[in-house]
This record gives sequence, C-alpha cells and structure tokens, in this order.
Amino acid sequence: MGKWTRRGFITAGVIGGAALVIGVGVRPGNRNGKVASVVTDEGEHLINIWVKIDENNKVTAIVPHSEMGQGAQTALTQMLADEMDVAWNDVSFIEAPPEDEYANYKLGKGYLLGPAEIPGPLVGSVDGVLLTVAKAMHLQITGGSLSIRTTGVYGMRVAGAAAREMLVQAAASDWGVAPDTIKTVNGMLIHEASGKQATYASFAAAAGQLEPPYSPTLKTPDQFNIMGKSVARRDIPAKVDGTAMFGIDVTVPGMKYAAIKAAPVFGATLGAVDDSAARNMPGVHSVVRLDDAVAVVADGYWQASQALKALKIDWQTSGNEIASSETIFAQFRKDMDEAAASGNTKTDVETGNTSHAFADASRVVEVEYTVPYLAHACMEPMNAVANHTGKACEIWTGSQNPLGFRHEIAAALDLDSAAVTMNNYTMGGGFGRRATPDTAIQAARISQAAGVPVKLIWSREEDVQHDIYRPAVASRFRAALDDYGLPEAWENLYVDKHEPVEAPHIPYAIANQKIHFIDSPTHVPFGPWRSVDHSQHGFFTESFIDELAWENNQDPFEYRRQLLSNHPRHRKVLELVAEKANWGEPLGANRGRGIALQESFGTIVGEVVEVTVENNDIRVDRVVVAVDAGYAVSPDGLTAQMESGVIYGLTAALYGEISIDNGAVKQTNFDSYPMVRMDKAPKIETHIINSLEPWGGAGEPGVPGTAPALANAIYAATGTRVRHLPISKYEFNVRMEESEEVAS
Amino acid sequence: MIKLTVNGQEHTVDVAADTPLLWVLRENLGLTGTKFGCGIAQCGACTVHMNGSPLRACVTPVAAAAGASITTIEGIGNQQDGLHPVQEAWIAGQVPQCGYCQSGQIMSAVALLNKNPNPSDDEINSAMAGNICRCGMYSRIREAIKTVASGAVVRHFDPRAEAAKEVTHG
Repeated sequence: MGKWTRRGFITAGVIGGAALVIGVGVRPGNRNGKVASVVTDEGEHLINIWVKIDENNKVTAIVPHSEMGQGAQTALTQMLADEMDVAWNDVSFIEAPPEDEYANYKLGKGYLLGPAEIPGPLVGSVDGVLLTVAKAMHLQITGGSLSIRTTGVYGMRVAGAAAREMLVQAAASDWGVAPDTIKTVNGMLIHEASGKQATYASFAAAAGQLEPPYSPTLKTPDQFNIMGKSVARRDIPAKVDGTAMFGIDVTVPGMKYAAIKAAPVFGATLGAVDDSAARNMPGVHSVVRLDDAVAVVADGYWQASQALKALKIDWQTSGNEIASSETIFAQFRKDMDEAAASGNTKTDVETGNTSHAFADASRVVEVEYTVPYLAHACMEPMNAVANHTGKACEIWTGSQNPLGFRHEIAAALDLDSAAVTMNNYTMGGGFGRRATPDTAIQAARISQAAGVPVKLIWSREEDVQHDIYRPAVASRFRAALDDYGLPEAWENLYVDKHEPVEAPHIPYAIANQKIHFIDSPTHVPFGPWRSVDHSQHGFFTESFIDELAWENNQDPFEYRRQLLSNHPRHRKVLELVAEKANWGEPLGANRGRGIALQESFGTIVGEVVEVTVENNDIRVDRVVVAVDAGYAVSPDGLTAQMESGVIYGLTAALYGEISIDNGAVKQTNFDSYPMVRMDKAPKIETHIINSLEPWGGAGEPGVPGTAPALANAIYAATGTRVRHLPISKYEFNVRMEESEEVAS
Repeated sequence: MIKLTVNGQEHTVDVAADTPLLWVLRENLGLTGTKFGCGIAQCGACTVHMNGSPLRACVTPVAAAAGASITTIEGIGNQQDGLHPVQEAWIAGQVPQCGYCQSGQIMSAVALLNKNPNPSDDEINSAMAGNICRCGMYSRIREAIKTVASGAVVRHFDPRAEAAKEVTHG
C-alpha cells in the first residue's frame, strides 16, 4: 500500500483540480488546495479528490478506507478504474489521508443508523453522499461492511465516471468536436472521424478546470470490464515476504518501548505502585501512571514487559468486583422477567396481534438462548507509536477510523485536531476492534509523561482482557403454531439492542410478530465485533426456526422455504445452498447437516454445515455457502470473505467465551481463548449469485449463519439442541488437538 | 555480547541472554517480518527456522540461538531477488488477508516441505496446527502447500481464470 506524500506540490493543474473539486463541495479553493498538498506529488494532477493522473498516464485512486485484508482498497480501485475506462495495469491506489475532506458521511450514517434511504437528489452525486456534511461527522470508518456498497457505489464509481466525462469534455473543447463522438479506451481519448487521439494525462490539467457533472452516466453491468473480475489483490505481495508494514513494525527516531497493565476489573483505578525493583532493572527509562493503568518505558519491549511484572500494584476497587458471568446472566433473566410482567419493553417490530394468536394457538413453543462475551483477538496485538510533545501529538498505528482517531485523540489530550497527526498502517486484523483509539490515547499519554516517542505494545493477555467485547446476550422466543405446524405468531424478547437495527428481524412470512427488547447494562465494555448484533441474532433466530421445523417433523430447509414467499432473493439463496450441499441426500450414522439463512449488511447468505459426531467428538466436515451480495465486484474477494467469516463464526461457536469472574475477564491468551486451527478447519465452498439487486457488503455477512447452521447440524446428528454458546460447554469433545511439538 | 547468524549474516548483539530471539530480531536487527502474536508459543506468528527446523522465537532465549543458523521470512525470498515457491504459491492462491500471521505460516510450510516434499492432509494439519490465522485462510494455505508439493508451475493469479469461480447471474 502506498502512502500519500506530504511533499505536496501545487501546480497550476492541481489548482485547477482544486477548483473542480470545489464544484463538488461548496467553498472554492481552500479545502482542495489542502487535499492536493497532501495527496499529490510533482507532475500529478488531481481530477477530483478521489483520483489523480501523472505525466505517464498512470492513474491513482485515493481510497478512504483502510486495509485489514478484506481487499477493499483493491476492489474500490476496480470500481473507479472501470467507470473511468483505464487499463487495470495502469491503476494503483493510495489510502486517503485522515483529513476531514475524506470523512465519509454516508458510511458513518449507515453504520450508526442502519440502512437508510439515500435522498433522491443525492444519488449519483460525488458531493452529497460523501462530502457535504461529512466534516461534522469526523468519520472515516472502515466497518459495517460498507466500503463497496457506499463508498464504492456512491463514491468511487461516480468519481471515476465523472473524471472520464470531464476528460472527454476537455478534449472535445480543444478538438472542436462533440463530446459524444469521443471514445475512451484504456486511458486514451479517441476521435475516430478526425483520427485524433490523446492520453488522459494530456488533458488532466484542463479537465480539472471544468465543472464536474452532477450525475455522470454509470456503466451497466454488461459494460463492466474490471468490475466482476477476480483481480489479484495489490496488498498481497508485501504480505508474503515480511515487507508489509503494520503499526507494530513502525520505528521513529529516539523511540522507547512501553508495556502496560490496566486494571483487571473494568472501572477500577490505579492505586499505589511500588516500582522500586522495576526502576533498577536494565534498560528501564520510566514508570508512567495512568488513571486506570500503569506502564513501564524501556529501551526494549522485553525489558519493559519484564519490569512491568516486577511492579507491585494496588488497584482501587470499583464496586464491579462482585460481577461474574453468572450474576450477569441472572440479571438479564430477572430484568426480562420483570419487563415481561410489567409490559415495560421497547418494541422493534409489531405486526398483527400476537396476544390473540397465542391465546388461540393449538401449540406454543418457548425457548431461551444465550451467547457469551467475545474478544476480537486480532493477530496483531493492540499497539501504537506516539510522540506527544505537549503541544502536538503524532500517532502511528493501524486504525479502522483514522480520521475519527485523530479527532478523538485530540479531544482526549485536550489538543486542537490540527495538532494531531495520524499515520495509518495496514492492520493485522480489525474485526471492529481497531475502531476504538484506546491504545493510541494510552501511547500518547505515556509518551508525554516519559518525554520520548513511545511504541506501546499490549501483551496478548492485555488484548484478551481489555477488549471492547461482543456483548453477552440472552434472547427468549415463543411461537404459536397452526394445525400445519407453521408459525402464526413469533415473539422475541432480548436484552440490549445495538446496531444494526434490523439484526433480530426475520424474513419469514409470519402474520403476527412481536420483537422487543430491554436494556440491561453491565460493567463490561462492548463494541462492534465482526457482524455486530447479527452475530448473536443470527444464531438465535435461525436456531429457533429450525427448532420449529423439527418440532413438526418437517424438513428444516422446506420449512424455511415455504415461509419465504415474500422474499424471492432469500428463497433463491436458500435453494442454491441446499442444492449445492446435496440437501436431502443421506449422510450416514453420526452425521448431520444444518442450514441457516441470514441477511446482513445488504447481503444474503445461506450456509449448510456438515458434521460428524463420534464419541462426542465433533468434526466439521464441510461448509457450503451461497451468497447474494447484489454484484460481486471481485468474486474471489467475496469468496475469501465468506471463507474468513465462516472460520471466524466457527471459532466463536465452538470455543468462543469471555467469562467474567470477580469483575474481570478470566481468559488470558490463546490457550484459554482458543481458535479454530488448520486441523479443525473444514472444506468451504462458496457459490455466488449476482442478482444485480442493490450491492451489499462482504466482510461480515459470512459470520452470522455459521453458528446456527452448526448447531442445527449437531441437532440433526445427535438430537442435542445447542441453545447456549459456546458448544464446548456441552458434552461434545471439541478440545484442541495438541499441535506438533516444535523446538523451543 | 551474543553472536547470531541470521539469514547467513553474522551479528553481535548486546542483550540479556534470556531476551527472546523474537525481540532481538525485531528490535536489534530490524527484521520486523517475524511477528509477535502471543508470547507463549501458542499462535506461531513468530516462527523462524533454527538449523532448518521451525522454532517459536517468542519463547526462545537468544542465548539458545547463538551459534545456530537462523532463518527468518526475510531470508526465504523477496520481490527483488526472487520469491520462494511457497511465497509464489501464496500469491497465486491469494492466501493472505490481513497478512499478519503469514510470515509464520510460510516459515512452517517451508519447513514442512523441506522435510516432507509431498505431505498428506493429515501431515499438513499436524505441521500447521501451531499457526493461527484469525482471518481463517486455512483452506487456501492447505491448497497452496499442495500446489508446491505437486510441483505444479505456479502462475501469478490470473483474472481471466474465472471459470473456476461459478457465478450465477440473475
């Protein structure tokens, strides 16, 4: 991944480009001059703030999303390049700098408020969706599986098409011909009648002085040349020879290393610290007190971490020391009981009349499910390099929200945002964890106190014990069945609603629905975890519908299918995954198939899991995925995201549990918070449907269906219904096999 | 002072004998391709070779590596001087996502293939189970290892080779 250059060089062409950008914004001059100075180099012309061209006709997309392996930067560049009619080999990308001009309003809006219709007049305009109100939002988030479906669809495609039209217009004026007589092919402008042709580069400066088209013409899918193809991801070569730079690899002059220990109990604060032994250890520079943590700064990380262990630390109690997983789930149940009795719940969905339906029902099925807290466990432990001089602070780290980091860090340090410089790096996993700047703020405070630039690295134990967790949730269901066994009423009461708002909704045609929730806050910090609320609700709703099918001795696939009459896209996904998974063909003893269907982030995913359970040993043999993301910009990229989501979901379903004991997290490292490894990884097959419906996300939708499909398969194989994750709590043996002995 | 031979080069480092090799590689020698993941030999991100065998550098005192031949990801191959067939296969199969674990994965795979040029699925599982990939690219890793084992010529990823990817239209 290239970095933007700070050595800005404002040429006449760039000023022209700036004027053009203003056309998309409001105020001429100031904003875009600033952008040009940070994103362009000598000889480069900014056509609009998302694309620049150099003297050799090489095109660079400026992508406002960070990379954590999801491939968004490559895919977004495909979208711009295709609309712009440039050859794939002549296009590269850089990550947009954390400047307000690259804030992503729609992204923030979609992420925070759920799916919202984009107002008609704004659709297709470069400005409305991505720029206008963005400054107030201070957001540049990579999350919510939004890169393709918002920035890509409403930003990169439009920017590419607009740039193409402006280049055509500039050539048409110069040549004295009608714009519609000029063809664009692989970065060339061609007027066949006169035989004139020129490179994009030769008209880049002139194009920059034109008013941008408000609503440029986009290609239809049959015209795509680059979208829809599995191009090689540009970030991969540096990831096979050790040259990719992650935040943890950054070194700055004069830098020391810091190790940190935060209060084990959330909410507790730092008391007395006896650092007499630590201060005398080799290489130790200083011991820094923070409100809820203590850090040691030393010449090397090992020295810092050894000295940290030598500290004698007292923690001030917070009152949270009495909390445990047991008290938390007891609180959820008590709160739900009380709310249900008093009717004091908040409504998600209410259709028909569930009270009547339950009163008249011939059969009622009631079930409760729970899921525990989960840590993200990014392979790259949290880290940040900071140089905080008191008046200004520079940060080097990997962030899913570099612009948000800049503003949040400034606020935390009581600095003006202009005094904070944020350098973003490719992330060794994000999954939602790297949207929170806690580590960077710690690093800045430590740097200021120590008076030196500091690289703060969290131990894995710190990472597991001080995450922003996927919340623990309890969810209760009740269904009224008619004489055919089909649900007439569906009631769901659960604790704690976050985003996306539609996560607990179901596609099934059930006339009477009441989906409601209560707030039951705990002291455990929570935040977005890959697929956010879908990660729990997918398990709940797709387990319960499966239970209803079995309750009626009906095939779980057919049962769902007959309830999808109003959702043909969902039905098609369900049918494809069943067909590809050989649904209905006998599997033999001790084996079972489970199916699940979940729409999330605009993408519909069906999964079928095949398991073998022998002597209570669970083996996941095969996972088949069908996915309708509207259109697969990179089919291999979408496939890779499904594979990744399935494994992430399998780890959570089989082993994932962060438990609370005496107010603190019990698990510490990969020995107590295990992951699916190679020996447990199933064969995964992905089948893509290009429905051409509105494009959806890819990074998260593979996760939610995995746990329910697995639980449903285990039921099919064994008759044991998993209602409380993780599955390792049941009698099944899913213990990790010992890995091969490695010399140490 | 401890003498180390890393990727064929001799180094003398002034560190405590119990300092894990990982931190010496990363901080003293600037070889940041080897990653810190867990510190307790549970994830494999720090895998290097000592005399050709895989080793978790995060739990190996540097003194234990003195006099031995250490190879890191930087010594396996690179874009300028040429990639190792395993690295080529990793690109061809579009294996890495976030990429953080991949130095360790590649080091384990190279060690496996050096010892056993044609490993079975079980042998691959057993040799690679010490390396966690949180992005879950296990099936791609397995396929890439098999591609190298089969001696198949590794092509760079070809966007036109779409036939393998079935996409239903409509």
